[in-house]
Amino acid sequence: MKSAVVVFPASNCDRDAAVALEQVTGQKPTMVWHADTELPDVDLVVLPGGFAHGDYLRCGAMAALSAIMRDIKAKAEKGLTVLGICNGFQVLTEAGMLPGALMRNARLKFVCRPVGIDVQESQSLFSRKYESGQRITLPVANGVGNYFADDETLDRLEGEGRVVFRYAESDNPNGSMRSIAGILNQKRNVLGLMPHPERVCDPLLGGTDGRPLFESLLESLS
Amino acid sequence: MKARVFITLKNGVLDPQGKAIGHALNSLGFRAVGEVRQGKVIDLELSERDETKARASLKEMCEQLLANTVIEKYEIEISP
Repeated sequence: MKSAVVVFPASNCDRDAAVALEQVTGQKPTMVWHADTELPDVDLVVLPGGFAHGDYLRCGAMAALSAIMRDIKAKAEKGLTVLGICNGFQVLTEAGMLPGALMRNARLKFVCRPVGIDVQESQSLFSRKYESGQRITLPVANGVGNYFADDETLDRLEGEGRVVFRYAESDNPNGSMRSIAGILNQKRNVLGLMPHPERVCDPLLGGTDGRPLFESLLESLS
Repeated sequence: MKARVFITLKNGVLDPQGKAIGHALNSLGFRAVGEVRQGKVIDLELSERDETKARASLKEMCEQLLANTVIEKYEIEISP
């Protein structure tokens, strides 16, 4: 499986994502600069966490307009698999590739801690190595992770099995509506999530609950 | 001409920053303060001279970048 990680100015989880991908797939991902106009030939693109363009205007707003995003958007429409983590999720909503928006955390604090996550949906390219209903622990690190969408959109996401990850009951760190932590687009080839699976892929780093996400991608895309 | 764009959260969208400002004002003794909503002001200078064209172009700017219309609304003010 060939992958690429996009690097925006002030991405800071790009190397974590690259290490996780290399450990799981055995292949080094290509690092792609945001100003590049064309992706290399890959099966998966990761938009990493960070603070692209200093979070100016709104988190992800500037990054969503970058040159590489135009190519990513066009290729995603043709089926390319895209994973957006944290800031990457914000970029995907700003680019209109995922519905809804991410807003300031309900209690206004930057939250950085492990949280319980329920895998809601194992029927996806990104989650087939988990079991539906499985409780895992992933770290979150965000100040703007409060998922918002109107009721109609939320009903549709739930009805179509597109809510892949949900914060465990009473462990919603940012006030996200319906405790949503990660969602799919309608074609199910684009996933955005606020928690950081790439940070828990190695037991030395305190856990491996993020690893099955990358193993799912490896199995789905090889 | 000059333009000012006001960007605020749509009605019904929770505004935790506005809430925090409201609480702070109450605790300073401004008891009359009820709900507070926070927004942004963006000032722009335009080389356009036709107000109708300027307004149309500002609307496009708001839709494409300045506002996230999932959660925000905007108002445009133009001065010569």
